[in-house]
Amino acid sequence: MNLGLYVHRDTPLHRLPAGAKLAALLAAGVIVFLIPDPLWLLPILGAVFGLFVAGQVPIGQAAHQLRPAAILILLIFLVHGAFTSWALGFLVVMRFAILLLLAVLLTFTTRVSDMIETLERLLIPLTPLGVHPEKVSLTLSLALRFIPLLFDRFTRIREAQKARGLDRNVFALLMPLMISTLRMADSLTEAIEARGYDPDRPVAKRR
Amino acid sequence: MNTRDMVYIALFAALLAALGMVPPIFLPMLGVPITAQSMGVMLAGSVLGARRGGLAVLLFLTLVAAGVPVLSGGRGGFGVFLGPSGGFLFAWPLCAFAIGFMVERTWVRLGYINAFVINAIGGIFLMYACGIPWVAFSAEIGFWKAFTGSMAFVPGDILKAAIAAYVAATVKRAYPIIGASSGRTH
Repeated sequence: MNLGLYVHRDTPLHRLPAGAKLAALLAAGVIVFLIPDPLWLLPILGAVFGLFVAGQVPIGQAAHQLRPAAILILLIFLVHGAFTSWALGFLVVMRFAILLLLAVLLTFTTRVSDMIETLERLLIPLTPLGVHPEKVSLTLSLALRFIPLLFDRFTRIREAQKARGLDRNVFALLMPLMISTLRMADSLTEAIEARGYDPDRPVAKRR
Repeated sequence: MNTRDMVYIALFAALLAALGMVPPIFLPMLGVPITAQSMGVMLAGSVLGARRGGLAVLLFLTLVAAGVPVLSGGRGGFGVFLGPSGGFLFAWPLCAFAIGFMVERTWVRLGYINAFVINAIGGIFLMYACGIPWVAFSAEIGFWKAFTGSMAFVPGDILKAAIAAYVAATVKRAYPIIGASSGRTH
């Protein structure tokens, strides 16, 4: 099952390491807030569109990701137009447009597994603070594994309650989902412990 | 942090994802969508407690950032944090932690009423206290306009706090997690 928004294409953007793309996004985040003139942002926005073409991003799916933010940004633009100035509104819109488009570009050209690996690497320096990268890895993979399972569980609960005419009752949906998640956690813990897993003993990386 | 804690954290992150499947309800007059996911944040804190609840929400947001489309409406990726409403998302782990902290301290007396008050403080007040300045700063619209615009979501959040309080109080009776684990060492 493909859980990510990643769309596979063979482009240089896809081959770039996730860490480099992430660093570029953060750098862009700082840069767009330092540039005070929206006209300087226009060529940057053009370059971002160029990257979308280069990365062969599916436009329809990208638009679906951006729709709620776009509505909010449009509202902010109108508020600026009405109360401050259209120029400031334009600057704000340009900033968000560049940042959000770059973020969508990152998401569509980078595998979830690569992103998670990069994020896990970023945690290693935090080990002295009590962060256990191995525990984080296990918890992340457990969550990824159980998302489809809980989706399925929720669909089944909804169908069962629909048969009783209760599918519009939020408690009839939430309570069984909640209790079955907690039950699932109990048996999963037993299953993990039965296999001799000790969270405080370091294990060799299986790769 | 033992195996059971890790499993609770992972499964609650997955539960938050499943709550993203609940179709949003639209309030008749305001036309603002109410999603079940921020209710999941309240539930994570009130059912799992401060540390596990906060970490479960943090784990969920990590998955979202990594590009898993589990945010309400099938959204994901870093972009959701960079938009004007990113501050509300960043507040989520903090809210779950604060709610859990207060729930742990009132555990023996926890009923519908104090669970509602706790969810309102940690899940509404604290969330807006983080989200509104973010909107004001990133969109440069000033505090009061950001505040006014955000108020449209408050009725929905009050409803969510009430539902979460009811579920939390029921789970406390049916399947207590916080009290049951208080005797265990971490």
